Amino acid sequence: MAVNTLTTSGVPFSQSRRFQNLLKNVVVYLLLIFLSLVFIFPFFWMLDSALKQNSQIFLWPPKWIPDPIAWNNFVAAFSNPQLPFLTFLKNTMILEVGIITGRLLSCILVAYGFARLEAPGKTFWFTVLLATFMLPGAVIMIPKYILFNKLGWVNSFLPLIVPAWFGESYAIFLMRQFFMTIPRELEEAAIMDGANTFDILRLIIVPLSTPVLAVITVLSFKDIWNDFFTPLLYLNSSNKYTIAIGLAYFNGQYKVDMGPLMAASVVLILPLIIVFFLAQKAFVEGISLTGLAGR
Amino acid sequence: MSTATASVTPIVKGQGKRVRQEAILFYFCIAPFILGFILFDLIPMLASLGLSFTQWNILTAPTFIGLQNYINAFKDPKVLISLRITIFYSLIQVPLRLGVALMLAVLLNEATKGVGFFRTAFYLPSIVSSVAIAVLWTWILNPVYGPVNGVIRALGGEGPKWFSDPKFALWGLIMMSPWGAGGEMLIFLAGLKGIDQQLYEAAELDGAGRVARFFRITLPMLSSTLFFNLVMAIIGSFQTFDTAYVISTTRAGTLGGPANSTLFYMLYLYNRAFAGQQMGYASALGWILFAILMVITLLVLRSSNLWVFYESERKR
Repeated sequence: MAVNTLTTSGVPFSQSRRFQNLLKNVVVYLLLIFLSLVFIFPFFWMLDSALKQNSQIFLWPPKWIPDPIAWNNFVAAFSNPQLPFLTFLKNTMILEVGIITGRLLSCILVAYGFARLEAPGKTFWFTVLLATFMLPGAVIMIPKYILFNKLGWVNSFLPLIVPAWFGESYAIFLMRQFFMTIPRELEEAAIMDGANTFDILRLIIVPLSTPVLAVITVLSFKDIWNDFFTPLLYLNSSNKYTIAIGLAYFNGQYKVDMGPLMAASVVLILPLIIVFFLAQKAFVEGISLTGLAGR
Repeated sequence: MSTATASVTPIVKGQGKRVRQEAILFYFCIAPFILGFILFDLIPMLASLGLSFTQWNILTAPTFIGLQNYINAFKDPKVLISLRITIFYSLIQVPLRLGVALMLAVLLNEATKGVGFFRTAFYLPSIVSSVAIAVLWTWILNPVYGPVNGVIRALGGEGPKWFSDPKFALWGLIMMSPWGAGGEMLIFLAGLKGIDQQLYEAAELDGAGRVARFFRITLPMLSSTLFFNLVMAIIGSFQTFDTAYVISTTRAGTLGGPANSTLFYMLYLYNRAFAGQQMGYASALGWILFAILMVITLLVLRSSNLWVFYESERKR
């Protein structure tokens, strides 16, 4: 009531705080609604095309609602004998499991060392770790390819999986920051009870670090699922392709039907969208942490 | 006295042993990182530097040619074309992308209801694989059936042929970029949340308007976040590969096409290494890119003294 009398009696309504706020909110929400429609539209267009028959895809003005719904685009994308999408999916999952397992295990160990143990040379190696953030990928790529080529690993999953078992700088850094927030008393008590380092990691550090482990798992899952460059370098027979390479290969065919192509695109991005909605918090926190880590 | 020394020495001895054991344990723990760093970072980097002074097609033995690769690179018209394209793209794409990201973050920060929904809508595109982005946008920018040219036609214009037209292919790639700015948006948003609200309240009491508050408080307080996003965006932009690779090889039929209009630096490097089998030359190209990025990063870092504001410095 007091506020009401103030605004009505003092200044004209158009200059009052309430009106200004209202105006601001209207502008903010109009922009948000418009922009979110622009950002969602490509997804809609993809799904729309994936569910349309060929005759309706090439219509202008577009027929917004597919009628009838052409599920056969998905069948066509998945039954193409030259494009075994189920094999691509299997390959991608092998990489996901192989890389994420290796990355988590090695990074937990390394991050624990950096977070808790003292030794001469520790500062030096931590500086090296930070320096690897700035390593030029374009420079390392060729000798790495030659190394794996000489080892006979090209066209196998080894060049993609094996390096992950040697830690990844960004994940190590995030985990180390997190481990340092865990109170030492718990470990000291466990050591009194005769626990060794592996017991401490397994029984204390890992259970208490699920948020950061979830962030790393989810962001790794996304990066491996989407990776185009590394599989393009190392996997050259179609039975080894990942789903991302498979889609690029499908897209590069001489004559492509838009419906099945869009259906395959939907299948490529749908699992990620599902993972995103299941682990939205981990995604948002992980990306925000990236920015804060950089400060 | 003698009892004291006698009791002290064993403790020191025991401590010395414990210190040594801890050091051994430390190196055991970080061993994967040290090994991985040496095997997959350090040796490849040194090898790459060595290779850049040789001519090598993998099959026969490398021959040492001194600085010839670097000299050739500066005379190679395709290197110059690809550098021009990469720099032009970055000059437009980076500010556009960061501008959109900042605008979305500021809007989200002002909103009170439905923040989760809008944040998801803006962030979702940035988890989509670059291949799917390329496939999807080729379809959206289809000259005849795509919705963008459809709208242009409805307005009475004639849309360009986008990825088949050398004049517009690069613009098509630039247009796609802000769609994936969700990651930068989240980082900006985290930065905005970190700004002390009292600053705004104090400014408002002093009669500062919305615009003044944005330029005098929000931007300065956000400058360290902006700096981080800027450096990362420049590095990412100079290494553009996936979308340009997928779109140019399918729509134009040649890597970096049509007519070399999307021949990004990394595309040309990839082409020299794996199609041309010029491992030495490609290594030299890699080092040139690294040098360029180092110079740009250092310039941004130097200039940051002028425009990046750190809270910790203010308190000092």
